[in-house]
Amino acid sequence: MKSYKIIDHEYDVVVLGAGGSGLRAAVGLSEAGLKTACISKVFPTRSHTSAAQGGISAALGNMGEDDWRWHMYDTVKGSDWLGDQDAIEYLCKEAPKAVKELDKYGVPFSRTEDGKIYQRPFGGMTKNYGNGTVQRTCAAADRTGHAILHTLYGQALKHKTEFFIEYFALDLIMKNGECKGLIAWNLNDGTIHRFKSHITIIATGGYGKIYYSATSAHTCTGDGNGMVLRAGLPLQDMEFVQFHPTGIYGVGCLISEGVRGEGGFLLNSKGERFMERYAPNAKDLASRDVVSRSIAIEINEGRGVGKEKDHVHLHLDHLDPKVIDDRLPGIAESAKTFSGVDVTKDPIPVVPTVHYNMGGIPTNYKAEVLTLNGSEKVVPGLMAIGEAACVSVHGANRLGSNSLIDLVVFGKAAAKRAAELVKPNTPHEDSPQSEVDKCLDRFDKIRNSKGESNTSQLRLSMQKTMQSKCAVFRTEKTLKEGVDEIRKPFESLEDISVKDKSLLFNTDLVESLEFDNLIRQAMTTMDSAYHRKESRGAHAREDFSKRDDKKFMKHTLAWQNGKEVKVKYRDVHARTLTNDVQYFPPKERVY
Amino acid sequence: MAEFSLPNNSKIVKGEYFRDKTGSTNLKKVNVYRWNPDDGKNPRIDTFEVDMDNCGPKVLDILFKIKNEIDSSLTFRRSCAHGVCGSCAMNVDGINTLSCIKSHSDIKGELNIYPLPHLKVIKDLIGDLSNLYKQYESIQPWLKTSKTDTEKKDILQSQKDRSKLDGYYECILCACCSTSCPSYWWNGDKYLGPAVLLQAYRWISDSRDEEKKERLKKVADELKLYRCHTIMNCTNSCPKGLNPAKAIGSIKKMLATS
Repeated sequence: MKSYKIIDHEYDVVVLGAGGSGLRAAVGLSEAGLKTACISKVFPTRSHTSAAQGGISAALGNMGEDDWRWHMYDTVKGSDWLGDQDAIEYLCKEAPKAVKELDKYGVPFSRTEDGKIYQRPFGGMTKNYGNGTVQRTCAAADRTGHAILHTLYGQALKHKTEFFIEYFALDLIMKNGECKGLIAWNLNDGTIHRFKSHITIIATGGYGKIYYSATSAHTCTGDGNGMVLRAGLPLQDMEFVQFHPTGIYGVGCLISEGVRGEGGFLLNSKGERFMERYAPNAKDLASRDVVSRSIAIEINEGRGVGKEKDHVHLHLDHLDPKVIDDRLPGIAESAKTFSGVDVTKDPIPVVPTVHYNMGGIPTNYKAEVLTLNGSEKVVPGLMAIGEAACVSVHGANRLGSNSLIDLVVFGKAAAKRAAELVKPNTPHEDSPQSEVDKCLDRFDKIRNSKGESNTSQLRLSMQKTMQSKCAVFRTEKTLKEGVDEIRKPFESLEDISVKDKSLLFNTDLVESLEFDNLIRQAMTTMDSAYHRKESRGAHAREDFSKRDDKKFMKHTLAWQNGKEVKVKYRDVHARTLTNDVQYFPPKERVY
Repeated sequence: MAEFSLPNNSKIVKGEYFRDKTGSTNLKKVNVYRWNPDDGKNPRIDTFEVDMDNCGPKVLDILFKIKNEIDSSLTFRRSCAHGVCGSCAMNVDGINTLSCIKSHSDIKGELNIYPLPHLKVIKDLIGDLSNLYKQYESIQPWLKTSKTDTEKKDILQSQKDRSKLDGYYECILCACCSTSCPSYWWNGDKYLGPAVLLQAYRWISDSRDEEKKERLKKVADELKLYRCHTIMNCTNSCPKGLNPAKAIGSIKKMLATS
């Protein structure tokens, strides 16, 4: 192996990722006086938070009465009782404060007539524990994620956060089960960097790119999750992959649930508002798993639209053009750009599209990473937030607009916890050379690989397998086939070929390293899905169509080692955090 | 007589020709600027024959096709592919745009793809935007308010005041505008350029901000602001349909009337 020169850095805390959660954590850490580095493979405002459209949930009550307990109930029900209720309590209780803070930071929220933050209805968001819809989702038109991301980047600049931009993280540095920092590769000059830190916060987002068709950005490769698996730690609830009901047909571009929040609705080829049959009360605003399954059934039963009868129509042509102008301008633009549709005249062709990963790195509500060693155990020095993490507040299915609030609430919580744990400028221990060697061996091996398999072919084969074997509806047969098939591209990693050998902005190598991260997550997703023999939230098994609380009201934990994926379970927290609210016991989930 | 010489790497040579291997009868010739910082050679234009029968509708789809099927070393930035992250800004057929929202069917004949003009090239289609990012930081893009006790109290903003941010807060910092501006090409080290001035205006016009005057004073500078000569390339090139020239005009007007 060629020897690589290593540039050393020492920080109190390192945040990996500069999307909504990473930036919010970085701001909090800088405020607390901790020496903080924020590392990202893309410039912060390119992060995928920018694509979030509809809004951020918080029981502010600006548009009628609301209560964080109602929000909590909705989130528990949305999670199909797989969410940890102590964490959900924390999320919903802290949400209003977190949104007001964003307002103070300068997020250009849309406004009500009396100048307060505008809130719109969203799927699964109800008042008084499921009795009628509530307007809880705070919006900056339909560009809420963009507005929040840019504002948080501004705050990080204000607090002089040190950024390492276009650095691709390779591996965590572990020592006796504790995280001591990470190793990253600077794309702009090709150098390798070792960041020593007392706490490493992973905020690398989701891994939607294991699928062929996803609303996710090309950068959504779950690099932090891949690093965690390589460090011998488990990922949690990976089988729960959210299909957004309305991705633009054939393109995958997201069309916000805010469209239905503002009065849009779905029609099948017979012109029926079919959601009335599946969710008589909430109709088009049922939660995402329900709407996606309904669309899939309509298509499977031959009532899809188009030549192939393989999608449905989303109508907003009946809405007042002023509502579209004020509140859904971005959607109108995307529909025009990607499907040539003028939304004031014609419906948008849509189809359920992979959108969000409920699963990820297991943490508690303080963002500390957990593993299972007899019982739940904190991994010292390691935290995770945002879509990379599985707190778990979303359980088996996330409600729309609960992800942006997750980013800021737990980004802030991580900073708070880190400030409790670390005294500024505490000296660093030596980090083990073996970790660096192991990391650079892998890096060097992939960089110099001269096999027969091209990275893009392997990626495509993984994506097609996930798309066909682990989709909206799953069966024993498809999953069993999937478990075998998904290992083929993993094995072909041995035979990969990287053409570009340079260290300077080598995106050929970046994509290969990303594939290495993706395929591990694809295997854990497929195996976790295979082992869960029930239907819950986004995991719908045709052969086990009922929820089975007795056997499966449990979080899946999956460890990956080579081809092997080890699956274990840990109990869902059947408790709240405080006495401010009572535990919501499981019941049948109807909308 | 004075002698002029071009800087290193400014001469572009003819590069490789990648002939189609699929046997497709529907080919498009795509000429792409390439520069590898490692090989010490001049930049070149590689030509790829791309099978259009199996290609998505946007220019970015062509680049993906080249990278995935023809030459995996082709280097460009991309992320969301839906026109919101601003990563894939480049010069397509002579116009700065986001390659993910630009339809290739708009372009007849050969397709020419270059990096954004007048940036230091890092590799192939990747330009160095660090100067623009520093300038962005210099306008202090955060709300300045003394209302710190906001956990209890809301900051109110009327719908009318909020609407003053429309057309400005949507900027995705893709840099298409600034890198299309001849003034910015010439004085990019001192002139803030349309992207950053539009951002400056976004904060100047925010009714919640309490330092409007200071913000105006900060940009009221011969070089930072007044190098704008209303050429309007910025507005023509903005892939999001924003109007940086109008923002700059508004700042000038505010200064003239204050």
